[in-house]
Amino acid sequence: MSAPTVDADPAVLPETLWAGRSRMLMIQETLIGPFLFFCALVTVVTTAGIVLVLGTEAFRFFQMPEVSAVDFFFGTKIEDDPVSPRFGLLPLLWGTFVIAFGSSIVALPIGLLSAIYLSEYAPRRLRSVLKPALELLAGVPTIVYGYLALLLVTPVLKRLLEPLGLRVETFNSLSACLVVGVMVIPMVSSLSEDVLSAVPRGLREAAYGLGATKFEVSTRIVLPAALSGVTASFILAISRAVGETMAVVLAAGIRPQITLNPLTSIETMTAYIVAVTNGDASEGSAKYQSLFAVGLSLFAITLVLNILSGLVLRRYREVYN
Amino acid sequence: MSPSDAHFSPKASRRILGPVFGVACFLATMTGVVFLSILLGAVLRAASQGATLAETFDLLGRLARSTRSRDPDLAGFKAGIAGSLWLLGLVFALAIPVGVGAAVFLEEYMPPGRLRRVIQMNIANLAAVPSIVYGILGLAVFVRGLGSSRLAMGSALIAGGLTLALLVLPVVVIATQEALRTVPSSLRQAAMALGATKWQVIRDHVFPSALPGVLTGAILSLSRAIGETAPLLMVGAAATKVPTGLKDRFTALPVEIYKYASEANPKFQVVAAGGILLLLALLLTMNATAIIIRNRYGRSARG
Repeated sequence: MSAPTVDADPAVLPETLWAGRSRMLMIQETLIGPFLFFCALVTVVTTAGIVLVLGTEAFRFFQMPEVSAVDFFFGTKIEDDPVSPRFGLLPLLWGTFVIAFGSSIVALPIGLLSAIYLSEYAPRRLRSVLKPALELLAGVPTIVYGYLALLLVTPVLKRLLEPLGLRVETFNSLSACLVVGVMVIPMVSSLSEDVLSAVPRGLREAAYGLGATKFEVSTRIVLPAALSGVTASFILAISRAVGETMAVVLAAGIRPQITLNPLTSIETMTAYIVAVTNGDASEGSAKYQSLFAVGLSLFAITLVLNILSGLVLRRYREVYN
Repeated sequence: MSPSDAHFSPKASRRILGPVFGVACFLATMTGVVFLSILLGAVLRAASQGATLAETFDLLGRLARSTRSRDPDLAGFKAGIAGSLWLLGLVFALAIPVGVGAAVFLEEYMPPGRLRRVIQMNIANLAAVPSIVYGILGLAVFVRGLGSSRLAMGSALIAGGLTLALLVLPVVVIATQEALRTVPSSLRQAAMALGATKWQVIRDHVFPSALPGVLTGAILSLSRAIGETAPLLMVGAAATKVPTGLKDRFTALPVEIYKYASEANPKFQVVAAGGILLLLALLLTMNATAIIIRNRYGRSARG
């Protein structure tokens, strides 16, 4: 390795050769770097802040005399008793699981099918209309979905199921699952569509050349090639359903119970957090502190799902050049 | 179809399965569109209650002018709209500069390597953290000042603004990074070759050509901030008056919708539906603007 040859007089430093730099410019140039660095630092500090706040406050919760960690993680009851309150996480976990599972049944197949349609079947003109429409749907705030569940979905469920002798409660997990499912469809379809479209044309053309039909190309060539991305989008959608708050609060209510009946009210972790803040729990009480422990569990679950989705995307990606 | 199809005759089962699957995919795609129409129709019907369009507009005008009340005929969203506009301004002033700055740092200044990958992963994770967790963060850090009374802001407008700003920050960063990546490096090299400093290159050349993408991301993140309810509930947005300063207690449009929607009196459902119409009108306009900007200016850079 030889140093690059410089034709200029070695006694003159390179900086002085160029006289176009004003002092103002130099100040800008030196200050802007640290400023931008500070901006980037904010994102790291945010993560640290979330972990620290949730960690310390949850620790304080577990230190309280009326609280036991075992009872929190394995208890099946939440009771607001002034003498010996019970804080069992399991009913909340169950509620969250029901919503995540139920909404996945709605969102994952529909989202995937619509992604396949947009990337493989749709004529270009139609696609350029449908994609923005789905994006608009993704921009509808969750409170609107919650209101819609109360206004429309639950009454329709009542009218359909009550003649069959099933009792539908005003707050029920089925209608919450339906609206949360519809809510995450745009997310599944747009993320999956991105990876499906990224599968190289050559693969499709080779399959067509061998006499495959469009259906066979879509399901046996394109989908397997994009499987890692599709799986990653599924996991992200589940994570989104786990963290969903307002639609669930309005549609599924706040009754913590472990039940298989989707027509009764349940309580998710997010709904519990909202209920505690809006309730009459005084600051510093065990009930108030419990929201941080529940928040920490929620954060941990979504974090694991998000990391998992990233891993799936990177580890199992088929690389084409 | 191409002429070669005439010679191609797959088995009947294969011939049928394909179109059936295609139709299923089409129907699945349409669920979104159908749902959007049902949603708008149902809310519109709930708000108008069979009244004419002009009367519905009158109702919306009345809702926008009156503040929160226990009487459904007098109730409205004035305080919520004012609060949401304040929050919009705050998020714009706080999250957009910091988010864009962070993205420029990551894309233009930071050398690729392990540290950058870690920060990148961190931002991707932050973008997927549930909004209610940001609410808890805002509650602990901004509202209660981590337990010290000097740092505590209470349920003030600025606490809500900071919380929402942190919430949308990762969205701004990711959108800006994507926009910066579409700028060809030849542009940077050309400017550098003419003697521009690094910051001049970014300010005068890279940033302007990435601007449509940055704008789209900024608008989408602002519309996300406007629609958020859960973090504001955590921060304690429950005022009934129009805020006049950053230290005032506040409320926001979606929070008021939530409060009205959970009232038992069915007459409040009309009020809630009217509020949703106001919110959706604002949001759909913002999002449509963002999509149009991207489709008009973004295409050439992408291809």
